[in-house]
Amino acid sequence: MTSATTRPARPGPRHAEVTAGLALPARTFTVTRADLVRYAAASGDFNPIHWNERIARAVGLPDVIGHGMLTMGLAIRAVTDWAGDPGAVVEYGTRFLRPVVVPDDDLGVEATVSGRVAAVLPEPRVRVDLDVRVGADKVLGRTRAVVALEG
Amino acid sequence: MTLDRTFVGRVYRDERYYEVGREKIREFAEAVGDPHPAFTDPAAAQALGRPDVIAPPTFPIVLSMRAESAAVLDPRLGFDFSRVVHREQRFAYARPVRAGDRLTVTVTITRADTVGGNDLVEFDSEIRTTGGELVCTTTTSLVSRAPGDETETP
Repeated sequence: MTSATTRPARPGPRHAEVTAGLALPARTFTVTRADLVRYAAASGDFNPIHWNERIARAVGLPDVIGHGMLTMGLAIRAVTDWAGDPGAVVEYGTRFLRPVVVPDDDLGVEATVSGRVAAVLPEPRVRVDLDVRVGADKVLGRTRAVVALEG
Repeated sequence: MTLDRTFVGRVYRDERYYEVGREKIREFAEAVGDPHPAFTDPAAAQALGRPDVIAPPTFPIVLSMRAESAAVLDPRLGFDFSRVVHREQRFAYARPVRAGDRLTVTVTITRADTVGGNDLVEFDSEIRTTGGELVCTTTTSLVSRAPGDETETP
């Protein structure tokens, strides 16, 4: 996971400036086994498929997989960084299409997030659709967020 | 294990509240790799019009998952948790969760179904302050995969 510097409050776009089809800045993030341990502790999700290869394989998974909620939590930053206020999210939802396999190495797995404004809703809301992939494979599907922008 | 479909409509409510702390929010924000100052600095949160530091958008899962586990792990439901993966998740926010919130969760089982040999269970969870203010509603869909269906989420 990359870090960023702090930003001024609410530097994001205004509702009136946004048009459907607008592409949001794409993001990439990396998930390692250490990130899974950190997320397990912070979230309280200690399902062993997220940290124990033996158990993951025993239940038919290819290897340790990341928490879907970690992928979801990482992906929304494409929206909140653009909107300028992480509290501006009104709705957020996704399906989990494929497991994100996290190898037992120091490199981890890289995912890419791209987003575009799918619809300008009545002020102050806009809907953003996200595309989240590992390599060519979509790992999340129907990933949609509604955010409230400045008027 | 056989899924008991009569669990649809059951409501689970824990009267004990969860008090959201600033350091818990910081820990969660670090775990999702988001350094936005509104998660850690009360002044930055106030500049965005929030009374205290706010939690990242997916934070309510900490509460909903804990509350839903009472149902998921109920042996009478007949849901094999060892083969569970997350199928779908949605949040609808009335406002961001923030430090100092005392929150309770009311869980309703909205679906218990077997599709293509896989067991599906879905929940709606309503997160409110102890004063009754609605903060967030979460919708969760879990699937317990039948043996042989190993990679794709149904």
